[in-house]
Amino acid sequence: MVVNVSNFSRNGLSDFLLQRLTAVVIAAYVLCVLGFLWLNPGLTFVEWISYMESIYMRIFSTLTLFSITAHAWIGMWTVSTDYLNEHHFRSFGHVFRWFFQLFVTVAIVIYVLLGLWVIW
Amino acid sequence: MQVSIYRYIPETDSQPRMQDYEFERPAGRDLMVLDVLEQLKIKDPSITYRRSCREGVCGSDGMNINGRNGLACKTPLGAVVKNNRLVLRPLPGLPVIRDLVVDMTQFYKQFERVDPFLINDEPPPEKERLQSIEEREKLEGLYECILCACCTTSCPSFWWNPEKFLGPAALLHSYRFLADSRDTAKEERLSQLDDPFSVFRCRTIMNCANVCPKDLNPTRAIGKIRTLLVKHGT
Ligand code: SF4
Ligand code: SF4
Repeated sequence: MVVNVSNFSRNGLSDFLLQRLTAVVIAAYVLCVLGFLWLNPGLTFVEWISYMESIYMRIFSTLTLFSITAHAWIGMWTVSTDYLNEHHFRSFGHVFRWFFQLFVTVAIVIYVLLGLWVIW
Repeated sequence: MQVSIYRYIPETDSQPRMQDYEFERPAGRDLMVLDVLEQLKIKDPSITYRRSCREGVCGSDGMNINGRNGLACKTPLGAVVKNNRLVLRPLPGLPVIRDLVVDMTQFYKQFERVDPFLINDEPPPEKERLQSIEEREKLEGLYECILCACCTTSCPSFWWNPEKFLGPAALLHSYRFLADSRDTAKEERLSQLDDPFSVFRCRTIMNCANVCPKDLNPTRAIGKIRTLLVKHGT
């Protein structure tokens, strides 16, 4: 049977709220970047770099990076406990789920490190 | 009309099969799916299904009718038969005992988990615990559930985690008592629901509200429980 140990906060409500909150952050970030592009037609690379390298955008980018991480983990954890379980794969269910969660964890760690390196 | 019925006896059959029957629909009037089963059972008494009241009150003849869960006694042929074909299968997601009869144990276990009864620790009044008309109105659309399991067995979240996700029927009952002005165990009820599965596995797919033969809306009740949990937890 599926257990909760690998769940983000081990509490349904915080996961639920966190997933919605991070979605708002991600959406705001997308709007912010798209809005900048839309307001600045004929943008040069130098202008773009100076915008993205401002301290506000760096902090916002970092916040978004972590939001995507939390959002992805909660979502992937849900998918794996729905579909990679004993109902679909009998006794292999927890092995598949374990490998999948390991894979997602590694991918997320690489993503965060790479992201921080790019932003800062 | 061709009627195709799921046949399976787990003790003796290696796997389930669909058996076809010919059925003559009477001209000039519609029948319920249950009428068809009753008449076919006269010809082939081995066909097995549950039924009792035959008028949508007992909730025992829930089954999958042409791909959609419903009560056989309340489903007119005219509403479901396509291409002159009727396909009857057991409710999905529960173990089959025989033909259209499923083992409802898991469904009832989840029902029990929500303490589906009034809890009030105050001393009982002389006669009865009264409610105002407004308080009573909050129970509309909740108390009518007949536990037919049509909703819960059409919910993918219940199929994948039947031991952990309560399912729409149990959650509807949970909200029925959370919304009851006479119940004093709200805190305890909410604390029991706050894990990643019991309530939050609902992904608002709305299959439940779509099939309920009593036209109830478990999705809405689940949304209200979520709101209560947010208030409770913050
Ligand atoms: S909510 Fe509707 S479909 Fe679900 S068990 Fe109750 S009556 Fe049946
Ligand atoms: S709304 Fe929720 S409970 Fe209803 S079928 Fe969808 S996931 Fe299941």
